[in-house]
Amino acid sequence: MRDSLSMPLVQVEDLKMHFPIYTGVFRRHTGNVKAVDGVSFTIQAGETLGLVGESGCGKSTVGRAILRLYEPTAGRVVIGGDDIATLDAETLRKKRPAMQMVFQDPQASLNPRMTLSAIISEPMVEHTAMTAEERQARVFELMDAVGLNRRFANRYPHEFSGGQRQRIGIARALALNPKFIVCDEPIAALDVSIQAQVVNLLEDLQDKFGLTYLFISHDLSMVRHIADRVAVMYLGRIAELSPRDALYDRPLHPYAEALLSAVNEPDPNRARRERIILKGDVPSPANPPKGCAFCTRCPKVMEICRVTRPELAEVQPGRFVACHLYTPAAGSTGATEVPEHYQQGETT
Amino acid sequence: MPDGAAPVLEVRGLKTVFRTRGGEMHAANSVSFHLNRGEVLGVGGESGSGKSVTMMSLIGLLPSPPAEIRDGAVLLGERDLLKIPPDELCHVRGAKVGFVFQDPMTSLNPVFTVGMQIMEPLREHMGMTKAQAEARAVELLELVGIPDARSRLKSYPHQFSGGMRQRVMIAIALACDPDVLIADEPTTALDVTIQAQIMELVKELRQKLGMAIIWITHDLGVIAAVADRVMVMYGGQVVEHGPVKEIFADPRHPYTRALLKTIPSIAGAREARLQVIEGQPPILSAAPTACPFRARCAHAMAVCEAENPARRAVDGAPLGHGHDVACHWTPPAREGAGHA
Repeated sequence: MRDSLSMPLVQVEDLKMHFPIYTGVFRRHTGNVKAVDGVSFTIQAGETLGLVGESGCGKSTVGRAILRLYEPTAGRVVIGGDDIATLDAETLRKKRPAMQMVFQDPQASLNPRMTLSAIISEPMVEHTAMTAEERQARVFELMDAVGLNRRFANRYPHEFSGGQRQRIGIARALALNPKFIVCDEPIAALDVSIQAQVVNLLEDLQDKFGLTYLFISHDLSMVRHIADRVAVMYLGRIAELSPRDALYDRPLHPYAEALLSAVNEPDPNRARRERIILKGDVPSPANPPKGCAFCTRCPKVMEICRVTRPELAEVQPGRFVACHLYTPAAGSTGATEVPEHYQQGETT
Repeated sequence: MPDGAAPVLEVRGLKTVFRTRGGEMHAANSVSFHLNRGEVLGVGGESGSGKSVTMMSLIGLLPSPPAEIRDGAVLLGERDLLKIPPDELCHVRGAKVGFVFQDPMTSLNPVFTVGMQIMEPLREHMGMTKAQAEARAVELLELVGIPDARSRLKSYPHQFSGGMRQRVMIAIALACDPDVLIADEPTTALDVTIQAQIMELVKELRQKLGMAIIWITHDLGVIAAVADRVMVMYGGQVVEHGPVKEIFADPRHPYTRALLKTIPSIAGAREARLQVIEGQPPILSAAPTACPFRARCAHAMAVCEAENPARRAVDGAPLGHGHDVACHWTPPAREGAGHA
């Protein structure tokens, strides 16, 4: 375990990101899509936090709101001591070099009219006073670090394969020596044989530069490989946040359990095991169910789940779950495992 | 298994090229396989491995030009689909072979109701009246697990969720009771919990209807869960083929072996570092005279450059009916392998 007394590098408290819905001829504000609705977590320096969930659960929105690519509706995001959510434009800009992002689709996130060298050096032009020679030297250094041949410096993105493009995106993110990188589905668009190359690269860079990652993905087996702790999101909230091994050995939240059970493993004996097949679809985040967001599909649903929304609470040391099965008030199956200090979790 | 019964579908030496400005691309090379009644054949490989091109060649779905089928035979029952006239092929597509595509949103027509789209093949190929077709459409939607089927006939595709749309696609593909269902990455665009639902549905339908299924996917995990036999493709060729348990327990081709190692597991010991396959998949512009995997292969030899390996049986069964591999290299014998 890491030293719990040291200040975490990233602290997110009750982050909310609501997108307004306008309808009718007069475009009246008739509701909100609650893409992220009260998410709290911390990331220690040098740690990788995996953020998993299905499409529409709000995991990418969390990543973007943390870096303030969106203006969060509410909540605090403290990175390295400053509250990103409330910084004024100029201070925020000064802060940008410390936090970077690697996007899912390297095709869409690289300017097709810029050469590789121009793409990687752009952050340095914006944020540093480096001379052209210094920048060029740094570009070569970064290309070496991510495994791109220096001869490619004057080529354009379309001349590269998907895996190489993702390396360019990573080199650009590294250009300003960031401390914290949000990786938003960095391998989802890549072929299986290329995914492992990029994940190994991310791990090497973490060791070399002491990076801290928020690794957003829907690929549970890859997250098991790369993350130290994992947060499972469902409909804008965290269902479970646990250390990696604990989560994969024995998920506590019924949704985390179903999600892990749905993973297809490349092993015919394990792939044909009994699975938990969830009924129905994810409800709309514009109109989430009353009570627990998962109550419409949960195989272990109880009366209280349809009425009261469970808060994320620490039910075992280091394991946070938002589920009534683990709150003593519900007094059912999971209650025996609830330790005394369950109330230490967030209450909002 | 050579059990005397003729396969539903047999493909022999299929060769498809694309003629482009930069020259010819050899997208599928001497692809041969058969499909028995009631079985699921999993076809795996990365993008550009030729798996979709092969299947689309079978039923004439590739635009020509640029595509050109150079050689081969596709036997569905008695007939060679590559030789029959286009209007007959059209009938085969609707009635004998059903196709489910990856993205249900782009393969359904957004301006027609789901009901009309299910009824279209029924009226076209089965000559049903409107009332008959409607009754059958309700039956089909119920079969694929869409609740409240009768009223959903009047809904448009955008009113369905992704998983529900894929169910509609399956209903359309099944409309005329096809002998063969070709599913091209049917669950790739879906979330894992929805993917599990669709896989369960297809397994159920196969038991109920007994049709043969070709399931194309890049996800070896999906193949492990649904397929009876597996065909692994690389660079436009079949590199390994065999019963699902054999392929995963004792892969023989260096590509299959390496691919299985690059995938992190969800249980058991966690690997400190992922194994990788260095390099990129090949660009298929060169004529296939050498092994397509040689540049990335850990066991490449001089002969791999000189000669494209033919498929050879590894377990004594007739070629195509047991485990076979297209490779010059022989892996060392495994200790404790449970082979007779």
